[in-house]
Amino acid sequence: MGAGAARTTPAGRSSFERSAAARRADPLFRGGLTAVSALVLVILGFFFVFLIVKARPALAEQGVLSFVFSNDWNPSKDVFGAWPLLAGTLITSAIAMVIGVPIAVATALFITELSPHRLRQPLTILVELLAAVPSVVYGLWGVFVLIPKLRGTEQNFSDSLSFLPFVGGSVAGPNYFIAGLLLAIMILPIVSAISREVIATVPVEHKEAALALGATRWEMIRIAVLPYSRSGITGAALLGLGRAVGETIAVVLVIGNATQVGEHIFDQGYSLAAVVANEFGEAANDPLHSGALIAAGLLLFILTLGINGIARALVVRAERRQSGTGPTPEPVGVAGMSATGGAA
Amino acid sequence: MSTSAQTLLAPASGRRRTTDRVMRGVLALGTLVALIPLVLVIYYLFARGLKGMSAGFFTSDPTGSFLGEPGGVKSAILGTLEIVALAAAIAIPIGIGVALYLVEFGKKGLFAQIVRYFVDVMTGVPSIVFGLFIYITLVTSGIGGSFTGWKGSLALALLMLPVVTRSAEVVLNLVPEALREAALALGVPRWKVTLKIVLPTALPGLITGSLLAVARGMGETAPLLFTSASVFGTTYNLGERMNSLPVQIFQDISQPNDAIVNRAWASALTLVLLILAITLIARLAARRSAIT
Repeated sequence: MGAGAARTTPAGRSSFERSAAARRADPLFRGGLTAVSALVLVILGFFFVFLIVKARPALAEQGVLSFVFSNDWNPSKDVFGAWPLLAGTLITSAIAMVIGVPIAVATALFITELSPHRLRQPLTILVELLAAVPSVVYGLWGVFVLIPKLRGTEQNFSDSLSFLPFVGGSVAGPNYFIAGLLLAIMILPIVSAISREVIATVPVEHKEAALALGATRWEMIRIAVLPYSRSGITGAALLGLGRAVGETIAVVLVIGNATQVGEHIFDQGYSLAAVVANEFGEAANDPLHSGALIAAGLLLFILTLGINGIARALVVRAERRQSGTGPTPEPVGVAGMSATGGAA
Repeated sequence: MSTSAQTLLAPASGRRRTTDRVMRGVLALGTLVALIPLVLVIYYLFARGLKGMSAGFFTSDPTGSFLGEPGGVKSAILGTLEIVALAAAIAIPIGIGVALYLVEFGKKGLFAQIVRYFVDVMTGVPSIVFGLFIYITLVTSGIGGSFTGWKGSLALALLMLPVVTRSAEVVLNLVPEALREAALALGVPRWKVTLKIVLPTALPGLITGSLLAVARGMGETAPLLFTSASVFGTTYNLGERMNSLPVQIFQDISQPNDAIVNRAWASALTLVLLILAITLIARLAARRSAIT
């Protein structure tokens, strides 16, 4: 842009003109940064291909569909059907969403629309602190506090409400519900942070119009805030789902690691990420087993890619809509506020 | 039940007032419920963690003995610091470099959009998958030994990179265009504008984003399990197996020995305090920023 703006005089080099070396510096700088960016893409592509190559033996042996959907994971017999793992991942994530998302959205609404101004910042920081706790610490807390303290309550719940679907039976110490509860706590900060940002993009005019028409605060939230931010909040919830699906360490500690599809939410189970963390050591010398674990990782990768792809599109669209001509709003929460959020 | 303009214009009826009060209460209650786990986790961390901080906690290595004196976690603390430092040294320059490309050169171009999309994709990749990447490419192939500290750093760097890039991009976008234009109009070349004007202006924000990425990487267990693994003794050589706090905690949890479990709580407290300290420094840096 700026370079070359100065005119050369017929007499020769103008005092504004740069030397040849200086002129080369700019393209070089630009080229270097472009190369670094390209490198990131190359690495990602390379990993993806490598995962597929390494998972191939197991997938070929078992067949892709049978790998994903057959209900028998038995490394000692070289049978690898990942359904119990996939089911565990889906069940725990579903529990996490059912518990975590409403609370996260309530938190976001309360902080942005209802809480006194002075409380806003402290509340935001407190909710974000949840993301500063590493997943292994949540796991530790789950094992030594949640599991023993909740067991009685879970059993009562299971006994008295056994008419509900998926409820009943005797409560195993580590189970789907405990894992789901931990996941709910872990996705809460990211869902809340992004919901808060999406809610902040609701035009003040809409809210004031509702209030001027005599709406109560809640009616204002219902008719002005929620419809406007619905797709963004959905995106936030899906980003949380992506986190829950990929979470490993907290889940492996509290899910029971039983290769079965439990009938009740208080049964033991397993998850895709958990099996990879648990079995990779023993699988090191068995190419079929390690291939199956890599295939499980690949399945997890693809699952999270799909979920995050949809989520990202929803959030970006929701945040862009409000800006119109302004600078492109970036979902700061993803990078900045929830940066400490941990899926481990 | 849709609320039409007419019902709104009428003075709020008792039923509407009640609904309003109830719903406000529900939202406030939800917020309160969200804070319960935080209070509980912090309470147990201190209650059990302080108990576990025995005399040699910070100064001795784990003994590996299941029954006797478990030893401290010196090797794990130092290992975490070493692994994370190397990861930061890899991820921060590359992450900021990518962000510079996106903001200063790529802008809305096709290639920039593709890069932006894949950086987003990377933020969503579960950390265990990064560990698996490094495991199948570097550990099983035995390049430079099997399990080593630097491989753990690489896995963490992959995890931290998108976080650094996303936050840096946001901050760099906040640098006023007028600053760049003024410098360019004075004939300053683009690279100098970027290095001497844009970066210093954005520096506090870049530090915040980078430190938050470091804090995130520090608590990760899954990527390290397959890469740097664990070991009892302290080592300063990133080319060897290296212990780390998260992995140490993870292994201690399943030991049937109260002393070891107490050590896990104390390690957890140490880890959380480390992460909080870094987060706090990050926030203080953000406060010095002139361009939020």
